[in-house]
Amino acid sequence: MIFFELAKRNLRLHLFRSILAVLGVIIGVTSITAMGILGAGIVLFISEDLTKVSDTLVVSPHVGGAMGFSTANDRITDRQFEQIKRAAAPSLAVPVYQTSDRMSVGSEETAGIIYGLDPKDMPVFLDIKEGSMLRGSSGAMVGARFAEDNKLKVGSLIGVRDKGTLRVSAILKERGMGFDINPDYGIVVSSKWFQDSYNRKEYDSVIVKVKSLDEIDSTKKTIEKALNRGRETVVDVVDTRKIMETILDSFSRISLFTTAIGGISLVVAGVSILNVMLMSVTERTREIGIMRSIGAKRKEVRRMFLYEALLLGLIGSGIGAVLSVFAGLLVSQVMLQTTRFVFAPSSMIYILYGMAFGVGTCLLSGFYPAWKASDLNPIEALRHE
Amino acid sequence: MNGGTPLIEFERVSKVYPHPAGNVVALDNATLSIMTGEFVAIMGPSGSGKSTLLNLIGGLDVPSTGVLRIEGADVSTLTDDQLTELRRDRIGFIFQQFNLFPLLTARENIEFPIMLACGKRECGQRPHQLFSAVDLPEDSYERRPSELSGGQQQRVAIARALINDPALLLCDEPTGNLDTKTGNGIMELLLGMNRRGKTIVMVTHDPKIAEFAERTIHIRDGRVE
Repeated sequence: MIFFELAKRNLRLHLFRSILAVLGVIIGVTSITAMGILGAGIVLFISEDLTKVSDTLVVSPHVGGAMGFSTANDRITDRQFEQIKRAAAPSLAVPVYQTSDRMSVGSEETAGIIYGLDPKDMPVFLDIKEGSMLRGSSGAMVGARFAEDNKLKVGSLIGVRDKGTLRVSAILKERGMGFDINPDYGIVVSSKWFQDSYNRKEYDSVIVKVKSLDEIDSTKKTIEKALNRGRETVVDVVDTRKIMETILDSFSRISLFTTAIGGISLVVAGVSILNVMLMSVTERTREIGIMRSIGAKRKEVRRMFLYEALLLGLIGSGIGAVLSVFAGLLVSQVMLQTTRFVFAPSSMIYILYGMAFGVGTCLLSGFYPAWKASDLNPIEALRHE
Repeated sequence: MNGGTPLIEFERVSKVYPHPAGNVVALDNATLSIMTGEFVAIMGPSGSGKSTLLNLIGGLDVPSTGVLRIEGADVSTLTDDQLTELRRDRIGFIFQQFNLFPLLTARENIEFPIMLACGKRECGQRPHQLFSAVDLPEDSYERRPSELSGGQQQRVAIARALINDPALLLCDEPTGNLDTKTGNGIMELLLGMNRRGKTIVMVTHDPKIAEFAERTIHIRDGRVE
């Protein structure tokens, strides 16, 4: 109605001032939305890697001592493995050997992680990029990054310190960060070769792949009950889903924090709108006096000023929303080297949040000036020059 | 003087404004009536209480003591919203400085009070009748006040005051900012409105203008004489 028209015309009359106020809202909305999109992108980016291992329990020897030092004897024995296997059934339990060692490729010296797995368990964890799955006891499969860094191909030879030479049977697909095994920067050998070379029978850890995610908690409890009898803690069972949830939770907090930093600019925009609106009220005191004297109620005067704030908010938030898509693309490209998460629903929702915050801040900033205007005494307002 | 019912009744009304140096009595124990259909001028020197009287009649202020009735309603008992509705529906204001909204066109200025009353932007044909009633040229309808002459602006203000068909027109020095010829034109217009039944209360310090009224109330130092 007429008050909306008056609000519109007043903004147009003071076009430059209005543009500056809107600019503040645009910057505020764009920064909180872009930060939100980036945060959501980071969470998606991380969870994409992490979901692969969320069905996993890692059983490792309990690390004793107050300082957390481990001794060479702290490994999982065959008997303990059998107990774990029974407790975890029908889920699959895979024993894992693990060490780090110096290696040589041609004349180049290098180092990396060495995993020892039973060849029949390998397909559970590993996908092959090229070559074929390890069958016999000799030979090795090489992680994607390790192969790339050392220019290894199928058929290349790797020397492991004084333990002998292994022929590369396969290059593995990149696996990303995991809590069970991380073969990207190492090699995978057969458990037989590992036992012979390092003269060990005990395992470093046992990985349990549960059949369904619902069984994670119960399987974890069963294993703990079976092995950690009495007061003595023999093994630690780590639920990777819990770790993942903790990490995602941390990233969500970081994302909230960066969004909040973006929000500061919106607060600044709010203050500038408050300023513009207070100026508007002062300039229009006489007009408010006329309105009140010829029959405009307090709430109608209040509404007129809130319309002004709303208009500034809607225009600023609208433009800010469009710009924030571009800003989101830019920050994602710079920070994550990918823009594929920008248009995910969990990222796009930040556009709505950003707009809502933009409009909300403007209305909040407009409320005091609007109240001030409606509270003017019509007689005094009419005398105002 | 018309012998109708009283539109405005002051019964021992005083208006006192608090002031650090002592209370200021702007209106002192005033008792008077204005009948429906009357044309009354209020005269008095500066600071005599004319404006206070006008503000009270216009429902912009309420008495400190005494009883003021407008169309039978005791204004002291009305809420702010009820007083506002009274001003909007029953009283038309005409100011010395026209007091039009600079951002609205002449037509929108005239329609403003009816839009307040009906809550919509389109409220019937009445503005067009008023344009001819106040003798405004057609090409002025869509002009902003700054593009109109003083006389035209006051005609727009009168049309605005009339749009809700009020019982009372309150005029505060309606010709104060106009030259004599234009001022006389405006006074003829007001006189015409009075003949058609509108009650008019006009504040002026110009005796020639006061002559247009049927009755003159003199006020001095807050006392009605």
